[in-house]
Amino acid sequence: MSLATRLALGRNFIGWLLPALVIAGWELASRVGIMPANVLPAPSAVAEAFWRLTLSGELVRNIGVSTARALAGFAIGGSIGFALGLANGLSTLSRGLTDTTLQMIRNIPHLALIPLVILWFGIDEEAKLFLVALGVFFPIYVNTLLGIQSVDPQLVEMGRVYGMDRRALFLRVILPGALPSIFVGLRYALGIMWLTLIVAETISASSGLGYMAMQAREFLLIDVVVLSILIYALLGKLADSLARLLERLSLGWHPAFQNG
Amino acid sequence: MPAASLTAIRSFVATPAPARPALPGRRAFAFKGAGKRFGDKIVLDGIDLDVQAGQFLAVIGKSGCGKSTLLRLLAGLDRPTAGALTFGAEEEGHSRTRFMFQEPRLLPWASVVRNVEVGLIGIAAGEEARQRALAMLGEVGLADRADEWPSLLSGGQKQRVALARALVGQPQILALDEPLGALDALTRIEMQQLLERIWLAQKFTAVLVTHDVAEAVALADRVVVIGEGRIALDLDVPVERPRRRGSVELARIEGKILDRLFG
Repeated sequence: MSLATRLALGRNFIGWLLPALVIAGWELASRVGIMPANVLPAPSAVAEAFWRLTLSGELVRNIGVSTARALAGFAIGGSIGFALGLANGLSTLSRGLTDTTLQMIRNIPHLALIPLVILWFGIDEEAKLFLVALGVFFPIYVNTLLGIQSVDPQLVEMGRVYGMDRRALFLRVILPGALPSIFVGLRYALGIMWLTLIVAETISASSGLGYMAMQAREFLLIDVVVLSILIYALLGKLADSLARLLERLSLGWHPAFQNG
Repeated sequence: MPAASLTAIRSFVATPAPARPALPGRRAFAFKGAGKRFGDKIVLDGIDLDVQAGQFLAVIGKSGCGKSTLLRLLAGLDRPTAGALTFGAEEEGHSRTRFMFQEPRLLPWASVVRNVEVGLIGIAAGEEARQRALAMLGEVGLADRADEWPSLLSGGQKQRVALARALVGQPQILALDEPLGALDALTRIEMQQLLERIWLAQKFTAVLVTHDVAEAVALADRVVVIGEGRIALDLDVPVERPRRRGSVELARIEGKILDRLFG
């Protein structure tokens, strides 16, 4: 193993040091009785709940349902946001037509729409998809637009002078130039995606992780409640890591990604 | 000029290394009473400039005199508001005008060789484009950096990549807008020598806008001084190549130009 890979592994490991310490301290506090089990169950109890629910198949099913919802909502909201961001970045007409409206809608917290959404869709799938899509839409839209607007006009002029048509100009200059900003939007949107889904599932759902947590609350199964929260944290981290990997693969040219 | 003799000249162009001046009498481009106004401001006025193919022309002037506008007209980035600009016959397999900017303007997300391939858009594609780009990179001495990102290159190397990009399409006219202005003095002299060497080999018409009189005199066959939107001085530099920097002859011409600029 080369020194560089060992250092890279060390760097990855160091990020997990603090969570591991917190869990160890938490277990200790529970064992000696500082932390009563009806406030916060010991990590071992949560691990037990994890095992129990995994065996019953409940956990896998609920994670599957939640992930499918999250991704579907993300795909819908993200693609609309990306398309509108591109359109408004490339065409002043489109921007003039829609940007003011979008900025007004952006200032409404999308979770404030929950009562309305429940009235419209009940607690069906549409309600969750709608909220996630709406939450994801704006970070993607805003950052795509910003990315395109911040492409170096000198490079665009160079492209024109060297005979690029509109298609080549878009694919070779504008899109790659906007990509770093688009990735910022993507990572931000992934955070919003989980947040929205948790809230939506907690309020109105008949399956999924949020539903599982609410059910557990009804029956005072506090270990399951804590387990759901931890799983949300892990899923959020997983999504972010995937986005970072994608970022590293496609932004290899960027000086920020050349040393690590 | 009859078409037959034009073809004759073309085949002559393709053969390597004839002595300069290679193409007597053939015109690269001509401004006739050309002017450019932005609103009420007259930037260029009544420019008459007839340039022979293969000539190395330097355009000097104080900042804001209109010399960059002249170059933008030549490259088709702007249109004259008065008079006319005509070009000589277009040759097959050559791009007409290439522009080299003050900044390298390389695409940071494309490798060095892909950046040079930009100069072949509409001329060559795929493996042929890559081979030509690699050959041109060899000319500017950067063949070993072909697959690196531009951000890893120094300022002078970036400008060499930009030169390769400009020349890979074998332009008939190369327009240079102070491309060496931001380089340090030694790199600059190196780049001037490189530019002269490639110009001697490829025989394009070069139009170099610069504020450096010594650079103009060292490189150009002909120096044009622009003042207040008009041609204030049009001077041949009849000095043999290779030229020795700091020679008495060059210094005398340089002095003459400086006198006109500040006299």
